[in-house]
Amino acid sequence: MDDNLEKHRKQLIRPILLFLVLILLLFGGLFYVKHNPKILQSTETVVTKSFEEGEEEIVDGIHIETGFVEDEHMQLVIQNCTSCHSAKLVTQNHMSEEGWKATIKWMQETQNLWGLGENETKIITYLAKNYGPETKGRRENIEVIEWYELK
Amino acid sequence: MNRRKFASNLSLATLSGLLGTRIVFANKAPNGYLPIALQDPDPFALFNKDKRMVVLNDKPWNIEAKAHLLNDKVTPNKYMFIRNNGRIPDTIDAKSWTLVIDGESVKNQKTYTLRELKAKFKHYTYQLTLECGGNGRSEFNPPAKGNQWTVGAVSCANWTGVRLRDILADVGVKNDAMYVGYHAADTHLSGDPNKEPISRGVPIAKAQQEETLLAFQMNGEDIPIAHGSPLRLVCGGWPASASGKWISRLSVRNKVHDGAKMGGSSYRVPCETVAPGSKVAEDDMCIIESMPVKSLITYPKSGALIKLDKSLLINGHAWAGELEVHNVEYSIDFGSSWSTCTLEKPINRLAWQHFKAVINFPKKGYYEVWARATDSKGISQPMVLPGWNPKGYLNNACHRIAVKVV
Ligand code: HEC
Repeated sequence: MDDNLEKHRKQLIRPILLFLVLILLLFGGLFYVKHNPKILQSTETVVTKSFEEGEEEIVDGIHIETGFVEDEHMQLVIQNCTSCHSAKLVTQNHMSEEGWKATIKWMQETQNLWGLGENETKIITYLAKNYGPETKGRRENIEVIEWYELK
Repeated sequence: MNRRKFASNLSLATLSGLLGTRIVFANKAPNGYLPIALQDPDPFALFNKDKRMVVLNDKPWNIEAKAHLLNDKVTPNKYMFIRNNGRIPDTIDAKSWTLVIDGESVKNQKTYTLRELKAKFKHYTYQLTLECGGNGRSEFNPPAKGNQWTVGAVSCANWTGVRLRDILADVGVKNDAMYVGYHAADTHLSGDPNKEPISRGVPIAKAQQEETLLAFQMNGEDIPIAHGSPLRLVCGGWPASASGKWISRLSVRNKVHDGAKMGGSSYRVPCETVAPGSKVAEDDMCIIESMPVKSLITYPKSGALIKLDKSLLINGHAWAGELEVHNVEYSIDFGSSWSTCTLEKPINRLAWQHFKAVINFPKKGYYEVWARATDSKGISQPMVLPGWNPKGYLNNACHRIAVKVV
């Protein structure tokens, strides 16, 4: 007898649980969409929304999304220097203040870069400080990433 | 973190989750722009490249090989570097593709369909060395501007197409013809439809060479999109930027072509050598023509540990722009003494040549194996960096690999 009751209880508990889960999913979903209506729109919109708010993940002083060194005026550089080409073309380079200035002037004269107004000096300051020239000499040591046994 | 921010991060995360990948740079994507990451998250899959290739820039795509990936005699697509100045055209219809030949020095302007080109002119196949003018730029001091190529912006594939000179003969060229400039279907990074990212070319003498092709095949197949499908100008031995991709128009000019990246410091070096870091006036810059003599050790990969009782086989390729390579030597004592490598003849003019040597090391220790090629005019590669120039072109310093004998 006791055994039978136990069996019934087990048979009932599954549909009840399932029902509860469904309710939770439905309300959870409605709640999520209510607070985040853009999820129902196209992918581009989602991307653009994030664009407006900016993502700020910094790890070890590096802005993860772009690879830029975190420092004063970094946001200006992101806003002005990553729409035509990726940040990688900027961060690969090392130049003096004069060199960065000349590069910006070249892009303005030949590559459709817009006038940077009063932000120009700030951008150049950031670039020359964080991406200044390194001295390499006439030939550097060979950098061996990994020694391996040659069979 | 406010709730709106949280929500937007969540939605982005959800989207990434759905796609099974992270959306890099999503926060900087312009309105209405579907990131290429969403079209195909993986440049290696997108372009059929080996995963060990190195991405220098993802917008525009610039990808290079490593020395040890270039060991094949004929470079397969998966190890071929990609250099783009603009955006790769997103619609290419080979069926409706046309090539216009115009310019001041053309007798009869003509338009050919791709089918007409293939049917009308004889086909030729050559193995042609294409090296980016900026290959090796990363070593210059003070640093030179642009993508920081190390050693891997070179390839030597089989190109099949028609000779440019046959087409020029068909349209007729006036006596005052000086240059052939190309125009192509790639688009400028700023999105400006009236601006060409690059429009270079070659003097008429180079255009008239037997090996200068308008190619439609690479390694026996239709040219891959990243390498200029459906039609690429191929001018072996010259900076690869002379070999325009996605060609839609060729202009026979009565002066040096004046398209994008023909002036300023682009693909030009000081006519007279300058001290490192100098400012050079525009008028004192000269266009790069033939690339200089160079070599690459493609086996073994740098970092090999070998036993003292074992000999080491090295091999690689050497090339010399318009010229042939006459010999290749190696040194294991930092250039104090040199030994000769076995060197093969080129399979055709402008193809790289293969060298090899067997090295026995005298005792245990750290070694560098250096290779040095000499061209048919007796000019060799320098052991340190050659003349500095504002954009860091033409670094043909000896290639080196590190070896430890244990
Ligand atoms: C309007 C479009 C645009 C914007 C915005 C832009 N650039 Fe550029 N930039 C270009 C183009 C086009 C090139 C040439 C790409 C090529 O040919 O490989 C370039 C090249 C470069 C190079 C390589 C230079 C060289 O000589 O090859 C650097 C460094 C650079 N940009 C930095 C920046 C910085 C810093 C900013 C922000 C101040 C910026 N860019 C904003 C269009 C732009």
